[in-house]
Amino acid sequence: MATESIAKLDRSKILVNIAVYGLLIVAAIIMMLPMMWMVSTAFKKYRDTFLIPPMWIPPYFSLQNFTNVFEIVPFANMMFNSLKVAILSTLGQVISCTMAGYAIARMKFFARNTIFLVILATMMVPYQVVMIPIFIIMKNIGWVNSHNALIFPSFLGGAFGIFLMRQYFMTLPNELEDAARVDGANPWQIFWEIILPNSKPALIALATLSFTNYWNDLLSPLIYLNKMELMTMPVGISLFKGMHGTEWNLLMAAALLNIIPAALIFLFTQKYLVEGISLSSGIKG
Amino acid sequence: MFKKISGSRKPIPEHIRKENLWAYFFLSPALLGLVGLTIFPIIASFFLSFTDWDALGAANFVGLRNVIALVNDGIFWRALWNTIYFTAVSVPVGMALSLGLAMALNRAMKGMGFFRTIFLIPVISSTVATALLWGLMMDPYIGLLNYLLQLLHLPKSGWLTDINMAMPAIIGISIWKGLGYNMVLFLAGLQGIQQELYEAARIDGATKIREFFHITLPMLTPTIFFVLVISLISSFQVFDQTWVLTKGGPQNATITLVYYIYQTGFQQLRMGYASAMAYAMFFITLLIVMVQWKTQGRWVFYQ
Repeated sequence: MATESIAKLDRSKILVNIAVYGLLIVAAIIMMLPMMWMVSTAFKKYRDTFLIPPMWIPPYFSLQNFTNVFEIVPFANMMFNSLKVAILSTLGQVISCTMAGYAIARMKFFARNTIFLVILATMMVPYQVVMIPIFIIMKNIGWVNSHNALIFPSFLGGAFGIFLMRQYFMTLPNELEDAARVDGANPWQIFWEIILPNSKPALIALATLSFTNYWNDLLSPLIYLNKMELMTMPVGISLFKGMHGTEWNLLMAAALLNIIPAALIFLFTQKYLVEGISLSSGIKG
Repeated sequence: MFKKISGSRKPIPEHIRKENLWAYFFLSPALLGLVGLTIFPIIASFFLSFTDWDALGAANFVGLRNVIALVNDGIFWRALWNTIYFTAVSVPVGMALSLGLAMALNRAMKGMGFFRTIFLIPVISSTVATALLWGLMMDPYIGLLNYLLQLLHLPKSGWLTDINMAMPAIIGISIWKGLGYNMVLFLAGLQGIQQELYEAARIDGATKIREFFHITLPMLTPTIFFVLVISLISSFQVFDQTWVLTKGGPQNATITLVYYIYQTGFQQLRMGYASAMAYAMFFITLLIVMVQWKTQGRWVFYQ
């Protein structure tokens, strides 16, 4: 009797598991199929993009799209600009958000809760509300048509990053700092020599999320950059579409080149990224 | 009251003064950003809304002229309607699908990490690149979607070139792109639910459906609330997809608030008018968040 019901339970559990796998596989196909099509098209000759029925494996495997992209627009230049802006901005976010998050999480100071709440409240302010006055500031400094307009603000914190780091620092044990404090270390030494080495997961998460954000950003570069030699990849690709709107093989090669660096970083830092997104919800930790 | 006055005369102890100085040193970049890049611009934007500034000459005070023009601007209402349409469909559908995926992934089975990776790839890819990719999928002549419709003997669609299909298409692309992010948030929420609750329910003989409605859903409400608020805020800022694919067309079918603000402010250089529009958007966002905040007591269950 008992073994029979256990067997029955197992069987229904197996059925549920099969159903779940089935569902996940269908979902995965829907998510990945367009990506596969992008890869396939990026290696096709122009005339082969018109084939009906569509062919997943290109009949003639061509690398020419990738070389053409670099010849038609200054693509290498755009890649370099994107890398420069994304790396320096990531650095800025990591430094400024880590410092602010540390103070809010681990120090007592005047108006701490008020400052924390105001920073959190800024998450609700759409960028579009502040973008025109910030543009005016940048124009007066002379940073229109300069990467500084994109990089500099990242050194001045941001609600998301500060909150993420604050949430992480809250989880660290107090004993960590106590010993150092007894030895007479100042807060900067504690922060630099004790807290940061113990915060690698959160630092990697923040760095990955920031890099992806700046690497993919369209609106800010669109506003500040008019010169072709300064363009970043997302703007460059969207302009490229205006010029070669139906040459999908070229467009897909360009899009693929834009996705690959972010995807590579993601594959290596995935665990931390997931942890970081969870931490940012305030639900964990 | 009296105590407070006499107390305030006391000198501040040295170690407290020192800790304050250190804390403000750590906070200084963020505070500079808070004032310079948020608080000051919010105020400046408010005043700009009452001017005719064109990014070049002097700004003249025009009173409520921008506001009146806005109320009478058909394209603004169209953009607002489109943005609300986009939000009203993409947020609930996207949330339901990502919750479903998170629940499927929240099982002790093999390969869950692999699926999670796949669902996250669109999240980390740029909107520009993925929008282009969907532009190809939805191409009326060589797109895979129309090929699929043809195989099923269904009529082809113009997708992004069709007035009635363009916005649903943009919504679909956005849901596809953002699914993984909310999924991760829901997964964290699900993993935070105490297992004892399920064990107790199982002893009481509860069915899976009862478990979902009486344990999972109530315990998940803080996560749902969080995801709802951030999704609402971000979907109100939809821009990249329409910029790449439709430029607001066909016939303003996909023009969104941010697209119109960008166009007015940075292409036509009507910065005053664009500021007024940004402020309208700000108020709407605040209103939505406030309504969420005020009503959360009715359905959000904090442990």
